Amino acid sequence: MELLQGKKILVTGVLTDDSLAYSVAKLAMENGASIMLTGAGRGLSLTRRTARRLGGDVEVAELDVTEQEQAAEVAKLVTSKWGSLDGILHAIGFAPQECLGNGMLQAGWDEVSIALNVSAYSLKSLVEPFIPLMEKAGGGSVVGLDFDATVAWPSYDWMGVAKAALESLSRYLARELGPKGIRVNMVAAGPIRTMAAKSIPGFADFKAVWDSRSPLGWDDRDPLPVAKACIALFSDLFPMTTGEILHVDGGVHAVGA
Amino acid sequence: MDHAEAFEKFKTCTVEVLQVSPEQVTMSARFSDDLDADSLDLVELVMALEEAFDISVDESELEGVETIEQAFVLVQAKLG
Repeated sequence: MELLQGKKILVTGVLTDDSLAYSVAKLAMENGASIMLTGAGRGLSLTRRTARRLGGDVEVAELDVTEQEQAAEVAKLVTSKWGSLDGILHAIGFAPQECLGNGMLQAGWDEVSIALNVSAYSLKSLVEPFIPLMEKAGGGSVVGLDFDATVAWPSYDWMGVAKAALESLSRYLARELGPKGIRVNMVAAGPIRTMAAKSIPGFADFKAVWDSRSPLGWDDRDPLPVAKACIALFSDLFPMTTGEILHVDGGVHAVGA
Repeated sequence: MDHAEAFEKFKTCTVEVLQVSPEQVTMSARFSDDLDADSLDLVELVMALEEAFDISVDESELEGVETIEQAFVLVQAKLG
């Protein structure tokens, strides 16, 4: 069954073929979706190169979420190419080094504001220009990649605060965009070895937690469970689900030890 | 493909991805110090080399690779 037949989806966050967003894009294409990727700044040429591995002439647009006019440009591109949009994957996060692995006291607002801007506020900046395009499609599905922010993790520090803001923002956007038929959901994934994960100093600690606690086990080299959840949320299988955080973590969030 | 031919191809990829001049791509050149390449650059270079030589390089094989010579030896070994 092709769950996304005819759907048009904008996918951010593809850097290499290890990226979670790469697996989402690949699985979406296999399920019949048309895909457009976005890449930002220094990573753009890498995104273009990785896009070629997806096959099927996938277009890559430049989109740095901290530059509002770029999102508007991409919206114009989507308008001329597709005329409407069914889904957006938010797979964007960044924190300056001071914000990760140094506790909460070292980073100042200059650093923290960058982390919050790129990793949380970006959901708003990304989605905003595409709202009319999703309305044209009769509604849409926004999916964000998240890491459970209900508790404090070792070393994750200000990135954890940014994820908490992202989760909250997704609920507020779900409330506001629901009447337009736009769903906004998060996928809280267990730790996966990606390029982004390499910059998290406490990644080994996460892995240890998952190894010891996950009821279903956990393979930090297998992005497919996360990609499948995203595909399900982009599909028509969750028509009445919004403001939700879907945990794809082997069950870790549900157990105390 | 002989040694010189392979190195020319290797050099072309390196020049394109790292945006350096061909003269900078010497066997002893170090990626970080001499070619100003960071981890993103190196990931992209590996992808370019994989495509150009039709090989596959696992991330674990890149540990300790700091110079052009080390990278080229790695590629050559794949060519058999």
